[in-house]
Amino acid sequence: MVIEFHLNARSGLSPYQQIVQQVRHALRLGLLHEGDQLPTVKDAVERLAINPNTVLKAYKELEHAGLVAARPGVGTFVTKTLSDVSLAAHGPLRQDLRRWLAQARRAGLDDESIEALFQDTFRSSAAEDVA
Amino acid sequence: MTAALAAEGLGKRYGRRWALSDCTLEVPPGRVVGLVGPNGAGKTTLLHLAVGLLRPTAGSIEVLGRPPGDNAGQIGRVGFVAQQTPVYSRLSVADHLRLGGWLNPQWDAEAARRRISQLGLDPDQRAGRLSGGERAQLALTLAVAKRPELLVLDEPVASLDPLARREFLQLLMSTVVEHEVSIVLSSHLVADLERVCDYLVVLASSRVQVAGDVDDLLAAHRRLTGPRRDPAALPADYEVIEESHTNVQSSFIVRYGGPVYDPAWTVEELSLEDVVLAYMSRARSGAGVARRGLSVLR
Repeated sequence: MVIEFHLNARSGLSPYQQIVQQVRHALRLGLLHEGDQLPTVKDAVERLAINPNTVLKAYKELEHAGLVAARPGVGTFVTKTLSDVSLAAHGPLRQDLRRWLAQARRAGLDDESIEALFQDTFRSSAAEDVA
Repeated sequence: MTAALAAEGLGKRYGRRWALSDCTLEVPPGRVVGLVGPNGAGKTTLLHLAVGLLRPTAGSIEVLGRPPGDNAGQIGRVGFVAQQTPVYSRLSVADHLRLGGWLNPQWDAEAARRRISQLGLDPDQRAGRLSGGERAQLALTLAVAKRPELLVLDEPVASLDPLARREFLQLLMSTVVEHEVSIVLSSHLVADLERVCDYLVVLASSRVQVAGDVDDLLAAHRRLTGPRRDPAALPADYEVIEESHTNVQSSFIVRYGGPVYDPAWTVEELSLEDVVLAYMSRARSGAGVARRGLSVLR
């Protein structure tokens, strides 16, 4: 097996979101490649002691995003890697973020305020995306 | 599809005290249902009504479309693990499996044997010598081996240590993957159920406070924090579940119908525990559904 899921009770994300995030993370870091199999629902359920629907929901979302495909009776497999596409975008995004951070500091925000503002904006925009 | 559990105005009275009152519920099949509530809320009463150990004082209950305990066939469709997971202490593990085979027409002896060996239980061990966790696993194995369509478990993990609790829930969840079975399990701790349940019923003060799909419940509740404000000033489609106020700030847990547009509010998502606790404390304070008025601001 290529990856194993783990759940963090204090992450603030629901278990299904954590699974989606961990798969995306592994794809982005190049730990998972096209053709790799994700843990079977049974494996994930037994390992984490979670509801099977949670795993199915996460896999469905990944499938919807075009990252994995289910082969009935066999398992769920990676169909796309994220690393190359997104790595190219990292540079410019990082630059934008640097510029924004400098702006925030000039406006008198300390590190804690910057982090709070980011977290707050991030969460509310994520919530809007979901809604 | 037939509901796993359907109750209509269900009530049970012991002497003068209503242990459960006016309970109306419809739990879809194929779900893992968490029944949460403080001790003495009526959880065991509801479960005992569901498996036919008790008869209702008021209203009605149906399990898998029929009254509970209606006949032998109906009893066979429901597996029950009682609180403290009782077993026969003088009988061995293997005796329990044999007994299960005699008593249950649909008994899956092979699966039960396999499960016992997977769990590493010694078939010759007397059940009285098993640890709490092993006893719970044996009780669950027996309940599963009768191939029920509905499995009812009363506080199955309450007396287990964290490791045994996890192992028990792993066993329970792998059962859900392997067999098509609806599950209702109770606990006084949300944390026990949070990962395993996809449907939640909150029972407090002998009444159902809220019930629904876990994702729907999470999506429908928010914490609003902002400048001090009268709850009556909130939009009409917001139901205030919990509120607290300081001189300058108000904080509400609301069930809401749509997005929050007022920029004065900081809107936060809630954990399942937050939602459950809000309903429990509302039940305890007896505020009921009615929205409290200005008095809180004075």
